[in-house]
Amino acid sequence: MGRCENLTILSDPANLAKVRVAVETGGKQVGFDQKECAAMALATDEALTNVIRHAYGGVLGKEIKIVIEQLNEADDRQGLSICIRDFGKAVDPSKIKGRELSEIRPGGLGVHIMREVMDEVVFEHQPEGGTLLRMTKYHHRPRKDCSN
Amino acid sequence: MSPAESPGSEVVKEIRRLEQAVAVDISGDVDLHRSPALRETLAKLIDENPGRLILNLTDVGYMDSSGVATLVEALQRIQRKEGRLQMHSLKPRVRSIFEIARLESIFEIYSSEEEALRA
Repeated sequence: MGRCENLTILSDPANLAKVRVAVETGGKQVGFDQKECAAMALATDEALTNVIRHAYGGVLGKEIKIVIEQLNEADDRQGLSICIRDFGKAVDPSKIKGRELSEIRPGGLGVHIMREVMDEVVFEHQPEGGTLLRMTKYHHRPRKDCSN
Repeated sequence: MSPAESPGSEVVKEIRRLEQAVAVDISGDVDLHRSPALRETLAKLIDENPGRLILNLTDVGYMDSSGVATLVEALQRIQRKEGRLQMHSLKPRVRSIFEIARLESIFEIYSSEEEALRA
């Protein structure tokens, strides 16, 4: 298991920027390029926006836990895993889908962006309430030899 | 409002009244935290029938889907008034969200204000 960073934030849009920085830092450390790191930060931002807006209904001050894990050789594949745990209203995964891209209207882009950027996006209801979102992005190019 | 003014919102640095358009200099991150202020400013400007609104994104380092939604809404609002919304000087990081959302084609995107004015 790779290096982990644990963050706990309160549901407030003002807290999004620091999580973006943490994701970009984790992505760089595991070897993603700048564009990939920026895209993962965007996907995380979109996920947190959904938590604030939908799981917590826009209420400020609710807890959100984030785990950013660097996947390495011991995990079979290199990449970055981002888990987001909220304790709000559970969202039905079958209803979590982005809008049709041909439909030009504000909103509905967040889930599309998450799925476009990340290789895996899995929503899991938690028995004690809330949702755990797991998003993973893998390296799709030959591994760098980090032994030197 | 005067030819060059600051509406007091951090996300909008300056509004400039040009001969052929109204130019808006936007600054910083345009995310869920800051896009509501931008939405409000753009809505007010469009209600004044500017004809053409040019958004300068030189100083925008980051935009998420709430920012894109704000711009889509502004575009639709100004088109209903038969006006134009133009953007210029997008950083690659900002441009990439329009690519991911496949919305590049619905916006007029230019490399500079001069180019936008010529179009």
